Amino acid sequence: MTMAVREAGTAAATRPRHIVCEGNEAAALAVAMVRPDMLSVYPITPQSSLVEHLAKLCADGRMDAEIVDAEGEHSVLSVLQGAALAGGRTFTATCGPGLAFMFEPYWRTPGLRLPIVMALVTRDGITPQSVWGGHQDAMTVREAGWIQIYCETVQEVLDTTIMAFRIAEHRDVMLPVNVCLDGNYLSYGAARVTLPDQAGVDAFMGERNINWHAALDPLRPMAVDPLTGGSGGKGPAAFLRYRKGQCRSMQNALRVITEVHDEYAARFGRAFAPLVERYRMDDAEMALVTLGSMTGAAKDAVDEARAAGRRVGIVKIKTFSPFPVEALAQALAGVGAIGVVDRSVGFRWNCGPVFQELLGVLYRLGRPVPTASFIGGLAGADLTVEHFHAVIARTAALLGGDVPDGPIWVNEND
Amino acid sequence: MMAAGLLAAGLVAEGKYAVAIPSFGFERRGAPVVAFVRADEREIRRMTNITHPDCVLCIDPTVGRSVDIFAGMRSGGTLVQTSGRALAELTLPAGLRTVGLIDAVRIAMEIFRRPITNTLMLGALARTTGIVSLAALEQALADSEFRDAGLDQNIAALGRGYRETQIHHLDREVAA
Repeated sequence: MTMAVREAGTAAATRPRHIVCEGNEAAALAVAMVRPDMLSVYPITPQSSLVEHLAKLCADGRMDAEIVDAEGEHSVLSVLQGAALAGGRTFTATCGPGLAFMFEPYWRTPGLRLPIVMALVTRDGITPQSVWGGHQDAMTVREAGWIQIYCETVQEVLDTTIMAFRIAEHRDVMLPVNVCLDGNYLSYGAARVTLPDQAGVDAFMGERNINWHAALDPLRPMAVDPLTGGSGGKGPAAFLRYRKGQCRSMQNALRVITEVHDEYAARFGRAFAPLVERYRMDDAEMALVTLGSMTGAAKDAVDEARAAGRRVGIVKIKTFSPFPVEALAQALAGVGAIGVVDRSVGFRWNCGPVFQELLGVLYRLGRPVPTASFIGGLAGADLTVEHFHAVIARTAALLGGDVPDGPIWVNEND
Repeated sequence: MMAAGLLAAGLVAEGKYAVAIPSFGFERRGAPVVAFVRADEREIRRMTNITHPDCVLCIDPTVGRSVDIFAGMRSGGTLVQTSGRALAELTLPAGLRTVGLIDAVRIAMEIFRRPITNTLMLGALARTTGIVSLAALEQALADSEFRDAGLDQNIAALGRGYRETQIHHLDREVAA
């Protein structure tokens, strides 16, 4: 493993700048462009083709990285922890049951402050058996301390995966990042994407300096992950220092994510809203809140509803963890009704998880706003323009005081 | 799914925007699968399946027995179908305007010695609809993972699919 920035010029630079690829391939191409040192993988639907693309990029000599076929996801992330501690730039991808099998090292990664980037090709929960997309896996681990950023398009998967390394490795952050791409609709959805030039990505990434805080170095032995906590001695304060540092860095990440998106837009000419995107929200009396690839259909529906005279807009959440409370409060400041569309279930509150999180934002707004929780797109179900017209109509009914007392199941009659 | 990706690549090579979304269950060779392709002059935002297609490309002669391949199809639409039978022998829905027919299985057996109809049917689609040129599809194939004999066979299949498709305009035939 070499720490030096390698010569520019191989990797994706030899391909045409416009290509058609699926989201899984877009993620793999982005990984090749940031020149990682170590990859560790275990295939699982709908992530499998991402692993295949990574392996092919290595086999074809277009990516100079170690790639470890581990015996399971617990080992996958453990391998990367060692590599990250040794100063390597690391990447993996998983979803659903694979993420579940990874849970123990998943917890350990942010605590060790390791800037590992992992594509989460989101998949719905089992049981009943399902191999299709949904956000349930990502939502289940939203309090494990990872940054979680959701993509809307295949292009955004590519660009966000590159940016994720800069965010994770920033000195004020030093936390792992999940780039979330919707299973099925983004993982296998193929679209026209524009590749950034390799020299530009090299300049954007800069000199790598990943292991400044800890290092597996035989000449400089040190202990990592000490026993802390308990109720006596220095344990409780030490544990608390870890947790406060993680929380502080999550808040720092809100600023760093914005800065990195700004820098990326300035360099490559493609701008994505870093935390929250406001779409046609000027003068909107109601807002839909969306997450991930569903947003494209929602935008088309809102354009049609606007043409029909409805004052509706969209607030799309890109950065879900850390939760962009202030950005959301600003984006929703003027609206009289909010419909939140979740692609997963919140079993405890009988609503979608994003809806539940948004209730805290409403408290910040300081005024009651009628809201409705819509749950759809579970286990690969489609969320179409027609579905969003139904969501808009039901959200409009909130303006007249007709507030539902439970979630509305969008695909119930499909 | 591979064919859908090649079609999208061909459309993009001609300056269009395209999105291809496959839909399938457990991975098993020969299982019925469906893939959706949208093309537009503008960026396509909706990442969704297509429930009301303008054109159905059916690359298997038997799948219609287990799946209604015409479900939701728009009136005035186009069918591109592999079949060894004549047009009059096919059960077609009302409202269909154009049918491209080709016995792609027979040709595939000659080219590949296996009933792989994907690229043959892409050629048939290009011929029937004119939505994409044969040259753009050939370029998409050349840029794909195919190499050597596999590439040559598929280029040949594209060309034969393009040349050997019979196009039927149903309005005129009914009127005649």
